[in-house]
Amino acid sequence: MKARIAVAAFALAVLAVPQLGRDYYSILMLSFFAYATVLLGLNLLFGYGGLLSFGHALFIGIGAYAAAVLTGKLGVLHMEAILLVAVAASVLVAAPVGALCVRYVKIYFGMLTLAFGMLFYSFLLKFYHLTGGDEGMRVLRPTLLGFDLSATPKVQFLIGPYYYYSAAVLAVAAFVMWRIVASPFGLCLKSIRENPTKAESLGISVNRYRWYAFVISAAYGGVGGALLGPTTGQVDPNLAYWTHSGNLVFMTLLGGFTHFFGPVLGAFVFIYLQDAVMSVVSYWRLVFGAILAVLVIFVPGGLVGLVTGRGVRPGIKAMRESPR
Amino acid sequence: MLAHALNVLLSGVFHAAILFLVAAGLQLVFGVQRIFNLACGSFYALGAYFGVSTVTVLTGAGLPRPLFIVALVAGGIAVAAVGPVVERLLRFVYDRDETFQLLLTFAVVLMMEDILRIVWGTAPTSTGGLYLIYGQVRALGVTVPVYNLIVIAAGIAIALLMGYMLARTRFGRIIRAAAENREMSEALGVNMRVVYVKVFTLGTMLGTLGGALVIPSTAAMSEMGIDLIVEAFAVVVIGGLGSMRGALAGALVVGVLRAVAISTWPELEMLLIYLIVIAVLVFRPRGLFGAAAA
Repeated sequence: MKARIAVAAFALAVLAVPQLGRDYYSILMLSFFAYATVLLGLNLLFGYGGLLSFGHALFIGIGAYAAAVLTGKLGVLHMEAILLVAVAASVLVAAPVGALCVRYVKIYFGMLTLAFGMLFYSFLLKFYHLTGGDEGMRVLRPTLLGFDLSATPKVQFLIGPYYYYSAAVLAVAAFVMWRIVASPFGLCLKSIRENPTKAESLGISVNRYRWYAFVISAAYGGVGGALLGPTTGQVDPNLAYWTHSGNLVFMTLLGGFTHFFGPVLGAFVFIYLQDAVMSVVSYWRLVFGAILAVLVIFVPGGLVGLVTGRGVRPGIKAMRESPR
Repeated sequence: MLAHALNVLLSGVFHAAILFLVAAGLQLVFGVQRIFNLACGSFYALGAYFGVSTVTVLTGAGLPRPLFIVALVAGGIAVAAVGPVVERLLRFVYDRDETFQLLLTFAVVLMMEDILRIVWGTAPTSTGGLYLIYGQVRALGVTVPVYNLIVIAAGIAIALLMGYMLARTRFGRIIRAAAENREMSEALGVNMRVVYVKVFTLGTMLGTLGGALVIPSTAAMSEMGIDLIVEAFAVVVIGGLGSMRGALAGALVVGVLRAVAISTWPELEMLLIYLIVIAVLVFRPRGLFGAAAA
C-alpha cells in the first residue's frame, strides 16, 4: 500500500516537473524515462531471473540507431513506427543471441552478453559507411501521434509534447512489466532464480523461460534506446560500449534489484546525482565508483532496501544459488 | 609478400606479449580466487602512466637514456603496491555471489580511470623519443624496432618464469592446490588469506608490468585500461578461464589475428575477435586449455 502511494505521488510529481520552469531538469527527466524503461527490462533478467547481463547496452544501441536510421536515412518520422521497429529489431537480435546466452548462467552468461555487446559496438564503430563510425548519426525530430511538431523550438518540444510522450511510454512499459512479473510466467522465473533444479523438476522449462525473459528485456532495451535518440538528437557507438552496460547494472543495484520499482529509482538517482556531481567536479567516475563500492559491500539491497529495511540479508540470499 | 607477412606477424606477436601479461594476471586471480577482475585493465593503464613518470624522473636525475627500460620495469613492479589495497576491498565480498564481486571490480575500474586523470591529467602522456633508442633491425626486408623484440623476449621470459614458479616452487604448488580445492588446502595448513594477497598482488604486477612495457611504443591515455580489458577478456575466453597456457595461446591468437585483420580488412579488426570469442563460448566454453566446463 505504501509503495502504491509512493508511486502515485511520484507519477504526479513527474507530470508537474515541466511546470516548474527549470527546463534543464525537465530535459534530464527525458534520460530518466529512457533509462527507467531499459532497467525495468534489465531487472526482469537480473532481479527476477538472477542473470547478470554485462552487454545490455547492445539493445539501447539497437533502439537508438533504429531511430537514427528511420528518421535520418529512410525519412520515417512517426515515433510510433520508430518504437515498433526498435522493438522488432531488438527482438530479432535477441532471439538468437538469447537462445545462445541462456544456456549459461553466472559469469559465463555475463561474458557471453559482454561479447555480443562488444561485437555490435565494433560493428557500429568500424562499418563507417553504414553507421557513421565514431561520429555516429543524427536523429531527426519525430512526429508524435501523427502531429508534426517541427515548427516548435527544440526546448519547447522536449519539455512539452516529447516529455509527456516519453512519460506515457514509461508508464505503459511499467504497467506491462508489472503484469508480467505478477503473472505465472513471472513466478516461474523467480522460482528458477531461487532453485533451477527444483524448478526444472516441477516441469518448468528453465532455459525457455530464461529465453523469454531475455527477449522481453531486450525489447525494453530497444524502446529505451529509441526514446533516448530524439532527446540528444545524436547517437554514437559508445551507447553500446561495455562500460555503458556496466552503468546499467550499477543503476539497478543503486535503486535495488529486489524491488519492482528499485531500478526506476536507481535510474532517477543516478542521472540527477551524476549531473550534480559533474557540476561540481568533472571526476564523476571517482565519486560513483566509490558509491558503487559502498553499495556492493554494505547495501546490496540498494536504496529501496535501505528504506524498506529489507536491506542487506534478503538481497544477498536472493542472489545466491542453491547449494549443489 | 613474405616481408609483409613477417611484419604483420611481428607486430601481432608484440601485441600478444603485452596481452599475455595482462591476461595472465587475470587468469591467476580467477584461477585461485574465482573473481573475474575487470580492474586488471586499470592496472595496465596505471602501470603505463607510472612507467612514464618513473622514466621521466630517473632520466632527469641522470639515468643514462638507454637504461630507461630498467626504470620502466622497476616502475611497473613498484606500482603493483596498489594490489594489496584493492585486495583488501575485495575481501569484503569473498563470500558473496560472483555478481557482486564482478561489480566491485567494476567500481575499481571507474575510480581508477578518474584517479589517473587527476594524477596525470587528461592529455596523453608518452616517454618521448625513447622507443627507437635501441635502433631497428633490418632483416628479410623487414624493419622492426629492437624495443619490440625486447618486449617479446621479456614476455617469453615471464611466461617461462611463471611456468617454472607454478610447476616447481612451493608457492606454485600452493597456488595450484588453492585453485583445485580451497577448503582442503586450508585444512592442510595453508593460510588462504595470505595466499590471496600474494596472488592478487602478483596478478596486479603482471598487469602493471604489461602497461609499463607497452608504453614506449604508444601514449598513455586514461581509457587505455577499459579498452584493453575487453581484449584480455577475449584472450582468457579463447584460451580457457584460469589456465596459464590458455593465456599464452589466447594472447597469440588475439594478437596475431588482430594484426592480420588490421593489415587486410581493418573493419574486421575486433569484430573477428568477438566472433571467435562467441564461437568458443558456444562450442567449447572451457576454451582451448581450460580445465572445467561452465
